[in-house]
Amino acid sequence: MTLMPRSGFADAEAAAETRDYVTVLVDGQLFGLPIECVHDVFIASEITPVPLAPPEVAGLLNLRGRVVTTLSLRRILRLEEGEARPGRMVVGVEYAGESFGLAVDGVGEVLSLSVSDLQLNPINLDPRWARIAKGVHWLENGLLVVIDIEAVLGSGSAEAPRASAFPPQKGFQP
Amino acid sequence: MDDVLREFLTETFETVENVDRQLVQFEREPNNATMLAHIFRLVHTIKGTCGFLGLPRLEALSHAAESLISRFREGAPVTTEAVTLILSTIDRIKMILKVLEETQAEPEGGDADLIAELTAQADGRVQEHAPEPARPTPLPPLPRPEAPAAAPPRVQQPAPQAEPDEPPRARQASPARPAPARNGAQGTGIAQSIRVGLDTLEGLMTMVSELVLTRNQLVELARHDENSAFKAPLQRLSSVTAELQERVMKTRMQPISTAWQKLPRLVRDLCAELGKDIELILTGADTELDRQVLELVKDPFTHLIRNAADHAIETPEERRRAGKPPRGSIRISAAHESGTITIEVADDGRGLDVARVAAKALERGLVTPAELERMSDERIARFIFEPGFTTIDHVSHVSGRGVGMDVVRANIELIGGSVDIRWTPGQGSTFTMKIPLTLAIVAALIIESGGHRFAIPQVAVVELVQPRGSSEHRLESINGASLLRLRDTLLPVVRLSSILGFDKPGQRLDPEDGFVVVLKLGKRSFGLMVDKVFHTEEIVVKPISNILKPINIFSGNTILGDGRVILILDPNGVVQRIGPSPAASRQEREDMAPRRRVQEDKSSFLVFRAGEGELKAVPLAAVTRLEEFEVSKIEAIGGRIVAQYRGDLIPIVPAVPGAPLHESGIQPVLVFSEGDRTAGIAVDEIVDIVEDHLEIKSTGQAPGVIGSAVIRSRATEIIDVAHFLRQAHPDWFETPAQPSRARSNRVLLVDGAPFFRGMLAPALKAAGYDVVALAEFDAALTVLQRSAESFAVVVADIESRGRNGFDLVEGLQVDSRTADLPVIGMASRLQPAALERARALGVFDVVAKFDRNGLIEAIGEAIQQREAEAA
Repeated sequence: MTLMPRSGFADAEAAAETRDYVTVLVDGQLFGLPIECVHDVFIASEITPVPLAPPEVAGLLNLRGRVVTTLSLRRILRLEEGEARPGRMVVGVEYAGESFGLAVDGVGEVLSLSVSDLQLNPINLDPRWARIAKGVHWLENGLLVVIDIEAVLGSGSAEAPRASAFPPQKGFQP
Repeated sequence: MDDVLREFLTETFETVENVDRQLVQFEREPNNATMLAHIFRLVHTIKGTCGFLGLPRLEALSHAAESLISRFREGAPVTTEAVTLILSTIDRIKMILKVLEETQAEPEGGDADLIAELTAQADGRVQEHAPEPARPTPLPPLPRPEAPAAAPPRVQQPAPQAEPDEPPRARQASPARPAPARNGAQGTGIAQSIRVGLDTLEGLMTMVSELVLTRNQLVELARHDENSAFKAPLQRLSSVTAELQERVMKTRMQPISTAWQKLPRLVRDLCAELGKDIELILTGADTELDRQVLELVKDPFTHLIRNAADHAIETPEERRRAGKPPRGSIRISAAHESGTITIEVADDGRGLDVARVAAKALERGLVTPAELERMSDERIARFIFEPGFTTIDHVSHVSGRGVGMDVVRANIELIGGSVDIRWTPGQGSTFTMKIPLTLAIVAALIIESGGHRFAIPQVAVVELVQPRGSSEHRLESINGASLLRLRDTLLPVVRLSSILGFDKPGQRLDPEDGFVVVLKLGKRSFGLMVDKVFHTEEIVVKPISNILKPINIFSGNTILGDGRVILILDPNGVVQRIGPSPAASRQEREDMAPRRRVQEDKSSFLVFRAGEGELKAVPLAAVTRLEEFEVSKIEAIGGRIVAQYRGDLIPIVPAVPGAPLHESGIQPVLVFSEGDRTAGIAVDEIVDIVEDHLEIKSTGQAPGVIGSAVIRSRATEIIDVAHFLRQAHPDWFETPAQPSRARSNRVLLVDGAPFFRGMLAPALKAAGYDVVALAEFDAALTVLQRSAESFAVVVADIESRGRNGFDLVEGLQVDSRTADLPVIGMASRLQPAALERARALGVFDVVAKFDRNGLIEAIGEAIQQREAEAA
């Protein structure tokens, strides 16, 4: 077996030729979330906004008695938030012992993609996108951006410092 | 001696003592698996610690002993011989420990002899020539009550050190507690408890929390359906859930003494190190609290004790010179108090040196001299809780690094508690911590702000007030900063919606449209303005996500009965969020945060500038509102200045006669109201509200001035409100047709202080009474004896030194002519002792000196009652 450029999931990749992704749609773009990170896919009922929170935090929601902190993938990608629709699709993700939700426009099928087909982020990708993208798959009908959950939710992400540097005056913008 | 080694020795001696005792018993009951497990663990602990400390002899010995004991665990027969061998090994260990204590090194020599025997026994080689064991019954397969190496669960604390101050309670909780094994009962005599893993309890707690939530949801659903068949079963479910919740909570409770275990030791060490003699007194050791809370208060105790021992308590020599007993004391007490636990750490040391704290705060740039000048001592004292703050120039390894007190505050605030300090110079200081009993389920008040609901922990809520211009609770504002007039205090008020960023800039808000939740954090109070107040609910606190923690204003979240997630506000975080406003810097605002109580031997004054920039002051209690008028709303009519105010015209007089008013912009005005009369005094600038003990010197010359006083080290004129109001309404003090009969409206006012006579006499006149003011109590008695019937009520000061109102009352009571004359006592500070005495003497009422309205009411009641009696 040949060694390939290693990523965070090097072991998993080395063991299997393909990886499964839950595909989600945001602003017409297809993204892939590694299936092992995804616990649930559900429709958000009511989201409680968190005042003073970083802009990407959409709010808190109740998922069968658990409080799920929900982030908007649109806001993470600095896209315009579409008009507030009730019943948004949310992908439930476990990270570092906490429950998170990623609000997306839509959820598609699960794709099994060959590891060796994963291409590096194109160098002209917007840095805000590149930060959370692990690479790109070229599908028949378009491109799929693989999301790095670690970068989205982890402490190494820009979230934590931005939150602390958040000026007290600035309010929550719904 | 090295701390670690000392600690090790104390603990090991105790452990060895234990093994000794247990082995002797074990020999008698070789089938007691629990006891065996326990012995094994003890020896194992010794082995582990020795290895860690680099004590090879001890390690080798305990290792060999452990091997043998583990054979027993595997089912090898227990022989007398083997037990004797282990016992003699233990004797050897004791011997080594003794030497270790004296010389701090293991003695020379080897233990090859014992080790060889132990190993031989363990390998079963000796068995060939050993006699058939007396009890050959092989041990039954051992139940394993716990993994030997795992740390014992915290719920039942391991054996405490043999400290003399140890409460007897903690002793019972020693690990000798048997597992369910039947045999254990005989062994230790306690059979009614079992060991349960901590995560089992945590899991149980989580399940109960979910159950409570579900119950709340069901109750919410049933609320919409009056005749639901579910009602009765739901009722039962509800009460069972409550009971279950309570019991599960109980399992998490531990006596606070578990957090105190190391303290006697710590104090002893500190004494030795610092050359001080300190006694540690612990009371309320069996006060129980949630183990999660307990974990978090452990560190604060250590820091507080270090701080007290190092900074506060003097050396025996210094103490003797100060006339105190050479032995200092640190007193820790804990008590339950309405859903919270109050813990006090008090020392009898030198007390806090505020000047020094202030100097250090300046030096570190935490505060500017100007800010410092306005701060109360209490506010200055709070600097000791700033990170890195220390008043000590040299750093000892005990304390002085400036970590410690901020840890105390941080930890306590983390669990929604508060910490305060009070002190008496030369007498000692006391830290008071208020902490919640448990963190998991709390009572919370649900409120709404900016269209969103939030929960506020009920512990912090003192009361709810609906401010209305017409009611006694009014909102005042000083340059945009709101203050709530609440009885005799002024409370800073912040809008929750503006803190949370819901308010749009420039948005006009009706300041009286909403409710003020009065919150108290330690000694500091403030009001939180919210839009709506719902009900109080038991909520299950769920931790907030890490990515939201930096917001620092929410302590958690919860799911309400209707399934909605809401955020729990952290009052401490809210206080920190109160950002700078144009009117006051944050320090000033915090400085204002303590409620300004009039009864605290101090008076509140409103300080303002008028005329040539002079500082003037007026008793705050006299002022009804602070207003800022647009200059365009003020006009001169017929030589008098009037302003449009609430659809009316009110007369305005300048605070300095003849001084011009502002020509453009905003004109600050102090508004006074009495009955249906309102007038304003125009000032240049409102400076501050100060609370101080004032000595007022009568100057007497200038009209409109009662006297002058030094406020915050500046000479300040105290203005005579009555003088100005007379200018505004020449008839202000002319009697309206209120009291009916001539005889019944004459009041004798007796007060030695010209200031109070000067302030109260016009006020009483304004209320329609005929006032005779006297300074001398003896003179008053003479006057009353001569013409008692011409007075309706006597109002007398009851707190001045020397002769005061009490003497007057006593004098009046012995004379039949004056015995039934009602007397109203006045004090600037309502002390329980004085109140008691007043009650005993039959004083009609006691009111605060600045509480003008209270006084007028009391006089009214006294007269009414007298008339009723006469009729």
